[in-house]
Amino acid sequence: MLIDVLSLLPESWVRHLPVLVVLGPMLLSPICAAMPKWRIAWALALFGIITSSVFAFALLQDVMAHGRISYALGGWAPPLGIEFAADMLNAPVLVLVSVIGVLATIFAMPTIVQDINEEKRSLFLSAYLLCFAGLMGVAITGDAFNLFVFLEISSISTYVLVAIGGSRDRRAFTAAYNYLIMGSLGATFYVIGIGFLYAATGTLNMADMASRIPEVADSKTIHAGFAFIVAGLALKAAMFPLHQWLPNAYTYSPSFVTVFLSATATKVAFYALVRLLFSVFSPELEFQQVVFTWVLAPMAAVAAIACSFQAVFQTNIKRMLAYSSVAQVGYMLMGLSLASAAGLSASMFHMINHALMKGALFMAVAGVVMSLGSSQLKDFAGVARKAPWTATALGISALSLVGVPLTAGFLSKVALFQAALMQDWWWAVVVLAISSVLAVLYVGRMLETVFFKTPGPAQLQVKEAPLMLLIPLWVLALGSIYFGLDASFITSLTDGAANVAFSGGQP
Amino acid sequence: MKTDHHVILRVTAKFLIPIITLYAFYVQFHGDYSPGGGFQAGVIFAVGIILYALIFGVVEALRLVPATFARTLALFGFLLYGSVGVWAMLNGGLFLDYDFVIPEGPDGHWGQHIGIIVIELGVLFAVAGSMLTIFYAFAGRAPEIDDEDW
Repeated sequence: MLIDVLSLLPESWVRHLPVLVVLGPMLLSPICAAMPKWRIAWALALFGIITSSVFAFALLQDVMAHGRISYALGGWAPPLGIEFAADMLNAPVLVLVSVIGVLATIFAMPTIVQDINEEKRSLFLSAYLLCFAGLMGVAITGDAFNLFVFLEISSISTYVLVAIGGSRDRRAFTAAYNYLIMGSLGATFYVIGIGFLYAATGTLNMADMASRIPEVADSKTIHAGFAFIVAGLALKAAMFPLHQWLPNAYTYSPSFVTVFLSATATKVAFYALVRLLFSVFSPELEFQQVVFTWVLAPMAAVAAIACSFQAVFQTNIKRMLAYSSVAQVGYMLMGLSLASAAGLSASMFHMINHALMKGALFMAVAGVVMSLGSSQLKDFAGVARKAPWTATALGISALSLVGVPLTAGFLSKVALFQAALMQDWWWAVVVLAISSVLAVLYVGRMLETVFFKTPGPAQLQVKEAPLMLLIPLWVLALGSIYFGLDASFITSLTDGAANVAFSGGQP
Repeated sequence: MKTDHHVILRVTAKFLIPIITLYAFYVQFHGDYSPGGGFQAGVIFAVGIILYALIFGVVEALRLVPATFARTLALFGFLLYGSVGVWAMLNGGLFLDYDFVIPEGPDGHWGQHIGIIVIELGVLFAVAGSMLTIFYAFAGRAPEIDDEDW
């Protein structure tokens, strides 16, 4: 289904692909900050992210054709130098982040006019580009310390993005501050863990680390390092009970930021967790199995039920979707803690689907909020009459979130169930089924309000969202339907990812 | 006649600021063959300006180094660093491969020398500009609630 992007690019660019996916947005970011007219900055941002996504597609095709690609920054060969490495595990993540980035940037045009003061817009876009480049960097790098650097680049710009919501709702400041403290804790834990691993193995390159860890796997240093890394990345990925920063950050930040973060930031942190757990450490290690069975799986189960339950009782629609996000992270972690290729493939599949549907849901909500001015659930009564296109896309994505057949969410849930059944984890299937029932409750509540309640005078003022918002919204909603009918493209990618993870990173 | 309570501070600062700035450049030009360099030099340079702002007031410091200049300096430094990498790529090397910064034979390593100096200069600009921007942002912030209103 893909156009052969790789052959369209000049020959000399192809070997630079791993660095090009990060470079464009990163170098455009300071130029954006200096732009006096924010529309030029927006055009630059869009240009940078589109080129980045073209390079990401080309990289994916290159990886599919030739296997793992390694790029030595500065000409210093790994494991001594910093390595950018692309394989089937991270190339799909790069494509996902950059495609969501393109759609979110188009979506940004109408919404930031409302949400952000004029003089801040260029700087806002600059921070957004940095955040994007950081996320791409986390996904592409093959160096454990470099991953930390990119994680911080993306996180620090994320705190700024969240705090910019403070010009409309002061609570965004506390949300951003909370996020800053928690995020810094997570990053610190991660870097402490890397320090321990460096002490034990003497290397920072992931592939090199992976080959050296088995010899020293029984040492306390490795165990401590492992614990710190899992805790740190779990915090970034909003694993229950380390998710407390997420609901506020999603609720009070500008709607564009919510869309972008919900569809990318936690996904990339989840990818980093997968990368560290499967291709630096390995699921065969005894202590890792203990963590999978007794920490990650129970936490995932609690997240899937408790946070879905919390979502049912939320009165703010953005907050409800935020709690639902934490529950969905639980699904992904459940698939991951199965420690099987099928489980990992299913959880990556769910990750991609969740990015599509949560992005679309937050976009649709933003589309209504633009003319309604409130994100309270009760204020959404009957808005479907005035904004049918926005509401229909909301409905499609919401059904995908529940896992109704013919949507992408259904297929990834089935894949998760199958993977759990393969190992006779009946309890996991029961947990996910209960969580899905709870999802029916909160999504049902939302859809009932939007479609069937009688609109009041305020709701009759609601207008259809502008075209610039509808286009990315419908691309995501149709994506949910398309991949619900034929998911072979995504599953081929995620199966490839699982293969890479279970051969220890070396194809 | 208006008495000056801070005459000692002012005189000492006037004496120290040039030395601090000079020391910043000393650290900077040692950066190419010893670790660090640009970052430390940038901090030291910015500290010189910040000391000036503390002693003579932010308004005076803003006349010396305007806020937009500080910000532009930071952006320029970042771009300078990045463009060395892109330059190496255009010359046929990998990103940031200093051996390709200037055309020379396989045994020539002048590129390493020049490359590191230029990127350290970029780091100096970026760090000094960012430090000043952060300082101005804090120092120039008008309190939203007066102390008396509490």
